[in-house]
Amino acid sequence: MRKYWSAVAAIVQKDIRSELRTKEMVASMFVFAVLVLVIFNFTLSLDGETTLTLAPGILWVAFVFAGSLGLNRSFASERENRSILGLMLAPVDRSALYFGKLISNVLFMLVAEVFLLPLFMVFFNLNLLAELEPGAFALFLLVVAVGTLGYAAVGTTLAAIAANTTMREVLLPVLLFPVAVPVVIGAAESTRLIFQPNPFFGPGSWIRLLAAFAVVFVVVSWLTFEYVLEE
Amino acid sequence: MVDLNLRVASGEVLALFGRNGAGKTTFLHLAATLMRPTEGRLLYGDGKESSPEEIRRKIGLVSHASFLYPDLTVRENLAFYARLYGLTNVTAIVEEAAERADLSARADSPVRSLSRGMQQRLTIARAVLHRPSLLLLDEPYTGLDPVSADRLSALLSQFREQGTAAILTTHDLERGLAAADRVAILESGRLVHEGTSQQDPKTFRKLFSDVTTGRGIGHQA
Repeated sequence: MRKYWSAVAAIVQKDIRSELRTKEMVASMFVFAVLVLVIFNFTLSLDGETTLTLAPGILWVAFVFAGSLGLNRSFASERENRSILGLMLAPVDRSALYFGKLISNVLFMLVAEVFLLPLFMVFFNLNLLAELEPGAFALFLLVVAVGTLGYAAVGTTLAAIAANTTMREVLLPVLLFPVAVPVVIGAAESTRLIFQPNPFFGPGSWIRLLAAFAVVFVVVSWLTFEYVLEE
Repeated sequence: MVDLNLRVASGEVLALFGRNGAGKTTFLHLAATLMRPTEGRLLYGDGKESSPEEIRRKIGLVSHASFLYPDLTVRENLAFYARLYGLTNVTAIVEEAAERADLSARADSPVRSLSRGMQQRLTIARAVLHRPSLLLLDEPYTGLDPVSADRLSALLSQFREQGTAAILTTHDLERGLAAADRVAILESGRLVHEGTSQQDPKTFRKLFSDVTTGRGIGHQA
């Protein structure tokens, strides 16, 4: 078991090192998400009340679109020089490769989201730190974390499938968006409820849905990733 | 692959010849557990069935592609693979591997900046980092200058002396014959000839020529 987690840690460390050197993934996710926010900000004229209703959906659209861009990049480094075969030769269960890539993807998505949140607050004139109670803000961060985990859990497996095809850039969103619909709805809906005057009433069932989605896709990917890589 | 039965002993080098598409790379990928055979078995060591993880621990693969990360340095690439294989004392192993590949002076250079020959040396160093007992080499002489090719042949001899078995595929008949103890020819996924490298080289050259020029030798051998 120690060797299994040592392989997972090696992949995460390698991905972080590569990202720090190239800054390809986080930078492209961040820029793309900012563009999404800017477009929504200019095309919708929002007042105080509609902002609270629509902004959560806009935020999650930005996260999800940017995330798909990052997930597409996550296997780009493994395609060059066919390093994915080097990973597959490792003497560990191949689910370790899934967990390594999943942890890297979640980390990079969270970093992009952390940079994005202040801009979201500025664009939509929402000072979440002032307007939300500390408990509600923590709940919002929990939704961001669980939603990101669920999206990356299914996205990592589908990115591995798409990476072996010639139409990978197109194929990943086509595969990912329909499957990830429960995450987008659950995350947007729970965020909207948290932004309402009574933030602790209602989002619980949506958060449980997000958590269940994440658990199901982590387990399914853990069991099937070996076959995904071989195909 | 059809009706293929090959055995390689410790310290033995088997050279596989054949045209492009004959199944050489497929065979190496099957042997490395990168592909799953639809039928048949691969037995390693004492002939007992082993788990894929145990098998992979015994195998080193040098493929057409380097499996290296261009943005990482020589040292970082070696350290990554050492950790992936769960090796202990990573720093010492990495330094020794870089030195053996004659890349100590470039240890902090990104792989992207290395020449083709240097990358090939690093690829081999990466493949033998965990001291495999079976080395699989897919056209390892491709793209190497004569000095680097001689160096690779010397390295192969060294591994052979240490008891490492090796299977190599190559289009370079002379180098393949010089490096190997046994030779085999594949045609359309079938083994059409198997023998020692010293046994009747004239006939072997004729068979090789027939196969590589597309005349084929069917299942005469």
